[in-house]
Amino acid sequence: MTSNRNGKSGPKLTLWEKLYFPEIIHGMSITIRAFFRPKFTRQYPEERWVPPPVFRGRPVLVLEDETRVERCVACGLCARVCPSLAIDVQAAETELDKERYPERFEINMLRCIFCGFCEEVCPEEAIVMSQDFEMTFSNPKEAIFGKDRLLTPASSLKDRLEFLKQYR
Amino acid sequence: MPKVTIVDDPANGTGKSIEVENGTTVIKAAARVGVEIPHFCYHPGLSVAGNCRMCLVEIEKMPKLAIACATQVSDGMVVHVNSPKALEARKAVLEFILINHPLDCPICDEAGECNLQDYTYSHGPGHSAFEEAKNKKPKRVPLGPNVVYDGERCILCSRCIRFMDEVAKDPTLTFVERGDRVYIDTFPGRELTNPYSMNVIDLCPVGALTNRDYRFKARVWETSSTESICQGCARGCNINVWVRNNEILRLTPRNNSDVNNYWICDSGRLESFRHVNSEERLNSPMIRKDGTLQEAGWDEALAHAADALKPFSKDEVAVIGSAYASVEDNYVLQKFARQVLGTSNIDFAAHVVEGSEDNFLIRADKTPNAYGAREVGVVSPKGVDISRIFDLIGSGRIKALYVMDDDIVTGKEVEDLLAKLDVLIVNHWVSTKTTQLADVVFPSATFAEKFGTYVNFLGRVQLAKPAVATLEQERVPGRFNVSRLDKFGSAFDRWNKGPRRNVRSSWEIVSAIGSLLGGKMRYDSAQKVFDEIAQSVPGFRGMSYAKLGDRGALLKKSKEEAMVR
Repeated sequence: MTSNRNGKSGPKLTLWEKLYFPEIIHGMSITIRAFFRPKFTRQYPEERWVPPPVFRGRPVLVLEDETRVERCVACGLCARVCPSLAIDVQAAETELDKERYPERFEINMLRCIFCGFCEEVCPEEAIVMSQDFEMTFSNPKEAIFGKDRLLTPASSLKDRLEFLKQYR
Repeated sequence: MPKVTIVDDPANGTGKSIEVENGTTVIKAAARVGVEIPHFCYHPGLSVAGNCRMCLVEIEKMPKLAIACATQVSDGMVVHVNSPKALEARKAVLEFILINHPLDCPICDEAGECNLQDYTYSHGPGHSAFEEAKNKKPKRVPLGPNVVYDGERCILCSRCIRFMDEVAKDPTLTFVERGDRVYIDTFPGRELTNPYSMNVIDLCPVGALTNRDYRFKARVWETSSTESICQGCARGCNINVWVRNNEILRLTPRNNSDVNNYWICDSGRLESFRHVNSEERLNSPMIRKDGTLQEAGWDEALAHAADALKPFSKDEVAVIGSAYASVEDNYVLQKFARQVLGTSNIDFAAHVVEGSEDNFLIRADKTPNAYGAREVGVVSPKGVDISRIFDLIGSGRIKALYVMDDDIVTGKEVEDLLAKLDVLIVNHWVSTKTTQLADVVFPSATFAEKFGTYVNFLGRVQLAKPAVATLEQERVPGRFNVSRLDKFGSAFDRWNKGPRRNVRSSWEIVSAIGSLLGGKMRYDSAQKVFDEIAQSVPGFRGMSYAKLGDRGALLKKSKEEAMVR
């Protein structure tokens, strides 16, 4: 009985397989056939992919275009539902009609698992999953996104907002 | 006595039977067998109004549904709490209440502890047949310095009006307008400035009345709530301490019919925890070197304090306890004074503001534990009280003084006296005039950072539990009441970054110095101290933390004597 390096017995080979070269030629033929098929490789980052609206990229806060005020009322439901406890919200009072706004809103992107629960639970459609999936950080502190990096104009989130209106 | 049967599960028709006194209402009888009948306007501390109609139940042999809050039991009564008819009625009542309710739970501070939210979830219809626009009413109206009113959220249960009329005895609030335009306002020219006004916030079953101080600070589900005792005066009201990020955010009253019922005063609610969050908190032991107080380690400071006290004879030292400190702290301090220092120069400073009391809750004595301090022996049988101690310091007979958890500097004279001392050792939680004069300063734990008992002016011993973690005392389940964030967060999370102070309980500090000076005083916990008190102090005989429970226990002394005080 043959045994491999781990001492376990390998598959039993037929005589044809033991001859070696016919199988090599078989393998090469598969490779060569692929030359004539259409190409799927994308030349990232020169050639970028725009995800469809159904895609769940990093969660962002929606900023109303006209008023330049965030929709969020800091109810804290996203923080409550977040299974990985990535969201931290501190509310405060505002003179605006909505009474309440997030004084601090932070998402720890090292904790975020892109499940979209925050978007689903939000009563104001104020936090949505964007199409942005490219994030790099060089230290854990940088991974905590504050309001400065979360606020995104509603106009640039049109696709997702439209999608939510249609399918939710 | 009439016997009544409460059936809460329609599938199990037998229900629970109980005999109650004549005149008991159905809702109270049900509560006694552990069945909660949903209600908004009914409150056990107030008169019955019967206007919300939420507590409708089906009673056998009655033609229509009856409200449980106003219906008195009669013998043989069978009450179906959750029969299909009762549930249908409750659903309709909720749909009616919700017609003009704004459903702004995301903004509302009450969310998470809202009766309307809970009952809508458990009994509500889940939809509304009402398509018209909701009524507009006054919003964000400051009724007084501490209370904000939102007319749209209000369900007009009149609890707040009845509280002001019946309990505070200061009719300030009333309904105005008619029909679906009704809202609550103060009488013309009046403001909600009563010293008990903030109780209407807890009473409000929805988020119509909110706390200006706590407004939008936190969600209730992020906070932990811990049973404690108010430190504002000698009444010792039972409270819950609400903590998030290791910071006290608010206090709410806790029901104890022997002490404060369902209420606390506004100053207790707003002021009695400020020192815990204070910026002035001491965060390290300090030793005076070259004329200035410099930070030192615990072991160094304790050894320094023990060495400083060693050269003095028993007549040259004095000890001042505190009516702010717990029974345990004061007991250990007097044991330290009597057994280790051998002195009977011991007393505590009274903090009585004459004329500040009223005939409801507020007492003139502004300390929570004066009775307890006296009871465990922080009082000199030889009559060397605090003024005599000051005299002896003045004449140079007393050269060393230990002050625990109190600021005894009331004026320039005391300041000059303390400057005369050779040694002054002080425990306190914040920097005070006394600590600034001290040679050794120990940062001590406040009531919210330790287990401790306090004896109110009627002699009721009550337990306060720790709500705030310190550097040495982790916020661990079992020892602390914890919130969800405490349970599942890690040390790296933002909400766990609240200040953890380098403090110890005063009994810990004093017993450590006592041990260094050769005394036999080693305790693992405040509970161990209390167990010793229960054995050695007659008034506390037979007590333990477990026996004190939620309501506390009276000292084993005649109640009459306590009443005379």
